[in-house]
Amino acid sequence: MSKYTEEDLKKELETKEYEYGFYTDIESETFPVGLNEGIVRAISEKKGEPEWMTEWRLEAFRIWESMIEPEWANVNYTKPDFQGISYYSAPKKKDQYKSLDEVDPELIETFNKLGISIEEQKRLSGVAIDIVMDSVSVATTFKETLAEKGIIFCSISEAIKMYPELVKKYLGTVVPQTDNFYAALNSAVFSDGSFCYIPKGVRCPMELSTYFRINQAGTGQFERTLVIADEGSYVSYLEGCTAPSRDENQLHAAVVELIAMDDAEIKYSTVQNWFPGDSEGKGGVFNFVTKRGLCEKNAKISWTQVETGSAVTWKYPSCVLKGDNSIGEFYSIAVTNNFQQADTGTKMIHLGKNTRSTIISKGISAGKSQNSYRGLVQIGPRAENARNFSQCDSLLMGNECGAHTFPYIEAKNTSAQIEHEATTSKIGEDQIFYCNQRGIPTEKAIALIVNGFSKEVLNKLPMEFAVEAQKLLEISLEGSVG
Amino acid sequence: MLQIKNLHASVEDKEILKGINLEVKAGEIHAIMGPNGAGKSTLSSVIAGNEAFEVTEGEIILEGEELGELAPEERAHKGVFLSFQYPVEIPGVSVTNFMKTAINESRKAQGLEEMPASDMLKKIKEKAELLEIDRKFLSRSLNEGFSGGEKKRNEIFQMAMLEPKLAILDETDSGLDIDALRIVANGVNKLKSKDNAIIVITHYQRLLDYIVPDFVHVLHDGKIVKTGGKELALELEEKGYDWIKSSVE
Repeated sequence: MSKYTEEDLKKELETKEYEYGFYTDIESETFPVGLNEGIVRAISEKKGEPEWMTEWRLEAFRIWESMIEPEWANVNYTKPDFQGISYYSAPKKKDQYKSLDEVDPELIETFNKLGISIEEQKRLSGVAIDIVMDSVSVATTFKETLAEKGIIFCSISEAIKMYPELVKKYLGTVVPQTDNFYAALNSAVFSDGSFCYIPKGVRCPMELSTYFRINQAGTGQFERTLVIADEGSYVSYLEGCTAPSRDENQLHAAVVELIAMDDAEIKYSTVQNWFPGDSEGKGGVFNFVTKRGLCEKNAKISWTQVETGSAVTWKYPSCVLKGDNSIGEFYSIAVTNNFQQADTGTKMIHLGKNTRSTIISKGISAGKSQNSYRGLVQIGPRAENARNFSQCDSLLMGNECGAHTFPYIEAKNTSAQIEHEATTSKIGEDQIFYCNQRGIPTEKAIALIVNGFSKEVLNKLPMEFAVEAQKLLEISLEGSVG
Repeated sequence: MLQIKNLHASVEDKEILKGINLEVKAGEIHAIMGPNGAGKSTLSSVIAGNEAFEVTEGEIILEGEELGELAPEERAHKGVFLSFQYPVEIPGVSVTNFMKTAINESRKAQGLEEMPASDMLKKIKEKAELLEIDRKFLSRSLNEGFSGGEKKRNEIFQMAMLEPKLAILDETDSGLDIDALRIVANGVNKLKSKDNAIIVITHYQRLLDYIVPDFVHVLHDGKIVKTGGKELALELEEKGYDWIKSSVE
């Protein structure tokens, strides 16, 4: 294709509009490829957003246009053609299978290995399910319980319409549109995502999971999440799913913003298992995510992540410890196999007095993959008595993979205490033989060693998530020993 | 129980075992002694199926079955146990979890269901008491930060849990003080029965004061050059390995 200008696009838009009745036809599912102000406006309009939201998106778009894609990460990939992507897909009805027999047996096998129930398997693979199915009633009772406590949990699109003052006040306050290339892009074109508000002093009685928002099941390409925990409240939020997510969208650029007000606590757990590409490194999702949380006085934010998927991962869940005595935590397991590349870590920005942060990162590399930890610990001039402890452990399997650690430490206050520990180890043949000798076959031995290595992080996950994550680690590394 | 016939094995084209012949019957304890580099540890590794060594000739037969083609875990399922000279560390995996996995993998191989948790706990309690092991020890990461004595006791605890037919104790006495040696030896003696057999590999005779062998074999340069009763160990202690070397050459 020769250079495709905005003019061409406009023309195409116009003709398409004419041909297919673009704006009025609700059956129309996908926008033409490319990105310009017209497309941004169209997305906003399509979603029925108020004017301020449209303006906010446009502002982000203009910022994005002036930015260049970052290249500092330790990953190699062919940059996406941002004008070759369609930025809006209406929630289309997936073709439904009549029964599980029609679903790819390989997928079913993976589900079984993960111990996912039959009902859940049907839901995940898009098999038609009865209306009386358990999870629907669960979801209903769930919503009722939340409403009683005044907790808001809905899609971000719904929140923009129903709670505009909250969204307007907080959206972009932790991750501004100007933050980085992908965050700017997300701000301009975000498709949907989750919104959560916990009122003052309320302890959310259950783990909030996107799983329960049945209508919004299926994550978008540009997801936007905003979680607000008001003073003295608590919430635990689960994102993602251990089941393999196949997605035709190659580029994913999500933004997650967390706000923990005075004395509030947010626990945010993620399991990411996007399609990592095949064993030859073909295909796979690019995952460029910006996640950040703001802690006010005495507040606490914990990020826990298990990353096993995606061809390229670029992700640094961070904490801005603004309030005095606030606490930030980051617990991560990143597994890369075959040709996967991960550059992940965290930023702990200490601004307030007596702020504390803990970083535990476990990287496991197999095959020909590259796994990097990149972390920043920054102590501001007014952050008296700030403390950080970081531990970065890498486990290597085989001779063709790589593990890298890039810790950055900036301390501007002499009272700061910063500790950094790092280890690199390899699963040794002697360890495998020892297990074998006790009757444990090699695959199981590796799973055991990897789980032991990851234990400190697995322990931080909510119970049911932890069990699934443990199995997921096993599956991700299957066949990685020659 | 075990028959080894004309066993030759090498590592990286260097021949270490040069024709070993050995027969061990149920209920017997055999000691294999010899100077450094004689091939003692190689012999135990080869019986256990360590693939770092290549068997170039000969046979290892356990209860009538040739082990030659079997993977190490399959040999373990058939009742071969090796107490390692240098037990490896597995961080984050507790002794209990490791044993649970090992027992259930063996059961799986035999077509049995997993052992119920209550039975497992009972067994752990019983064996820990038998070997005078503090159960707090069992929730620690496998061998991580263990003292020499703790590592060896842990090996014997695993032997007790797995109840092997043939146990090979490779230099179990090395790195142990006299008290630890006595505890470990007592454990082994408690585990001995008329249905199992034990091969003790050692450099020194002192372990044999506690674990009394029925036969003593002297290994030199990849071959068994002398076999006798327990008094052979004492003679060896007195005269030194040079005596063997000179009598062979």
